[in-house]
Amino acid sequence: MTLAASAGRWRWKEPSVIPGFGLALGFSLTYLGLIVLLPLAALLLNAASLGWSGFWDIMLEPRTLAALRLSFLAALFAASVNAVFGLIIAWAFVRYDFPGRRLFDALVDLPFALPTAVAGIALTALYAPNGPIGGLLAPLGIKVAYTPLGIVIALIFIGLPFVVRTVQPVLEDLDKELEEAAATLGASRFRTLRSVILPALMPAILTGFTLALARAVGEYGSVIFIAGNIPYVSEIAPLLITIRLEEFNYAGATAIGAAMLMISFSLLLLIHLIQLWQRRRFTHG
Amino acid sequence: MDALVRSANEPRATEARGWSDSVDLTIDRVSKTFGAAAALHETSLKIEGGELVALLGPSGSGKTTLLRIIAGLEFPNTGRILFDQDDASALTVQQRNIGFVFQNYALFRHMRVLDNIGFGLKVRPFFRRPSAAAIRKRAEELLELVQLSGLGRRYPTQLSGGQRQRVAFARALATEPRILLLDEPFGALDAKVRKELRRWLREIHDTTGHTTLFVTHDQEEAMELADRVVVMSQGRIEQAGTPDEIYDAPNSPFVFSFIGESSVLPVNVKSGEVLLDGVPLAIDPGDTAEGAASLYFRPHEVELVEAGTGAIEGIVESLRRSGRSRFAEIAVPGIGRFEIEIIAESVLNSGDPVSVLPRRWRLYADASRGGADA
Repeated sequence: MTLAASAGRWRWKEPSVIPGFGLALGFSLTYLGLIVLLPLAALLLNAASLGWSGFWDIMLEPRTLAALRLSFLAALFAASVNAVFGLIIAWAFVRYDFPGRRLFDALVDLPFALPTAVAGIALTALYAPNGPIGGLLAPLGIKVAYTPLGIVIALIFIGLPFVVRTVQPVLEDLDKELEEAAATLGASRFRTLRSVILPALMPAILTGFTLALARAVGEYGSVIFIAGNIPYVSEIAPLLITIRLEEFNYAGATAIGAAMLMISFSLLLLIHLIQLWQRRRFTHG
Repeated sequence: MDALVRSANEPRATEARGWSDSVDLTIDRVSKTFGAAAALHETSLKIEGGELVALLGPSGSGKTTLLRIIAGLEFPNTGRILFDQDDASALTVQQRNIGFVFQNYALFRHMRVLDNIGFGLKVRPFFRRPSAAAIRKRAEELLELVQLSGLGRRYPTQLSGGQRQRVAFARALATEPRILLLDEPFGALDAKVRKELRRWLREIHDTTGHTTLFVTHDQEEAMELADRVVVMSQGRIEQAGTPDEIYDAPNSPFVFSFIGESSVLPVNVKSGEVLLDGVPLAIDPGDTAEGAASLYFRPHEVELVEAGTGAIEGIVESLRRSGRSRFAEIAVPGIGRFEIEIIAESVLNSGDPVSVLPRRWRLYADASRGGADA
C-alpha cells in the first residue's frame, strides 16, 4: 500500500494473500453481463429504435403515465408500510420469547414461497365486497378490492419478508450495552429506541425497504387479481406492458419497460447513495 | 443537578465548577441468584464519599453483578442500595443518576464524540435540559478534562481504544452522576495504554472527587489505583481493606494467593510448634488451631540460612531468570514444591540442597479459614 502510495498512481489491484482476484472478478463481470446487463441492454436498444420523439409520445400518453405513477407510488407506499411493520415483527421475534415464536418466524417466509397468483386470488376473495373482510369494510364505504388500496395490500403481502429478514440478524447482533449505556445516562426506553437503536438499525431497514420496493415495482401475479385493472385507476405498468404486447404493440411495450427500468435504477441508486453516506459516517472516512 | 442548571445559566470558570458532592454508598445485605445459581450471597459494604474502591476477583466472583445491582441494571433478590441516606433500590436506572463505564466503551457509533458526551444532558426532560449551547460547552469542557480536545467532531470508530474509553468516561461524567461505576474499564486495552489510563483515572478522580467503584480482575491495577480493595470470590466478599492491609495481612488463603506471588506448603500445628514432615520449623504458630495447616509466604520474603536451624530443607529443582531476579523451584521430598525469588547473581545450581526460612508468613488452619499473624 505504501508502495502504491509513494508511486502516486492508482493500482488495479492491491497485493493480497487472497488468491483468485483475476478469476473472481472476471467471472463476476461476465456473469453479471450475461444475466443482467445483456437483456437490459437489449431492452434499451429496442426502445432506442423508437427515437426520442416516438419514445416520448408513448410516455406522455395519459394511460401510460397513470400506470407508471400507480406502480411506483403503490410500491413506495407498500415498502414504507413494510419497513415499519417489518421492523416491529423483527423486534418481537428477537426481543421476546413467546409460545409459537418459531412457528410465526417460519410464517414470515410464506409470501416468498407462495405462487403470487395464489396470493392474489386469496386476497381478492378476502377483500372483495362480498368477501369476509371486504364485507365488513363495505358498509364503512371502504373499498379494497379493485382499487389502488387493494394493490397496496397485495404489495405489502409479498414484500413483508424482506424487511423482517434483513433487520432480524442486525437486531440480534445489536450490543445490549448500548441500551444499558443510554439508560444509565437517563434516557427513557422510547428515547433509547429513537436515538440509539433505530439509527443502528437504519442501514438494515433501508436495505429491506429497497428489496421490498424492487420486488413491489415488478410484481404482477398477485396484483392483477385484486386490482380490477381499470385503466387510469387501478392498472399497473407491468400489466400495461402485457396489454401492449397482446396488441402486438412491441414498441409501446418496450418503451414502458425502458421507462420502468430507468426509474427503478434511479431509485435504487439514490437509496444506495444514502446508505453509502450513512456508512461513511459510522466507519473510517 | 442543581449545579448543572446553574452552570448552564451563569458563566463560571471551569476550575470553579462544582462537581457533585461525594455520596456515601451503602450496600445493605444484597443478594442475587440467577436461576438456581447464587451469583451473589448476602453482601454488605459501606463506601465513603469520594473513595476510589476496586472490586477485585476472578471471573464468576460476583463483582460485576454487584456493580450492576448498584447501577440498577440488575435487580437484587434481597437487600437495599443506599446513596447517602436515600434508598436507591426502588429507583430505576434512569432515576439513579449514576455514571457507568463499560468494558467495551458502548459508545454510540452514529454520533460524533461531542454528541456522545452530551447525550445524557440532551435526553433530559425539557424543564431540566440545558440549552444546546450549554450542552456543547459542557461537552467541550469534559473533552478537555479527558485530554481529547479537538477530537470532538470525530466518530468513535476514528479513535483508538484508549481514546474511546476516555470519551465513554467523559460521557459518564457529563450528567454530574452521584456515583461512578466502572466495569473493567481497561479490560479491552493493551498493557501500555492500561498503565497510562490508570494514572490518568487517578488524576481525574482526585480532580472530581466522585465516589468511584471499579471492577477489575487485575490485582496490580486494583492495588495501584484504589484507596480500598474489596476482594471477592464465589459471590462473597473475602476481604475489604487498603492495599497494604490486603497485601500484608490477607485473611484467607484465597486472598493470599490471589494477590501477588505466593508459595505454599502443607504443615502440621502441634503443641505450639509448626511441623513440616514431622520436623519443627522456626515459626511461631501463634493461636493457629492444632492440626493440618497451610504455610503461605511470598517468594521474595525468604532467607537462605544454614541447614538445621528450623528452616525448610529442600533441593533446587530448577532455576529461571525473570527480569532482574531469579526464581528457584525448591522440592521438599515427599511434601511438595515451592518457589523462592533470589538475586540473579546467586551461585545456586540445580540439585543443590538449600535451607529456606520465610521472613514473613501466614498460617491458615486447613479446616477453618482463620489465620494467625506472623
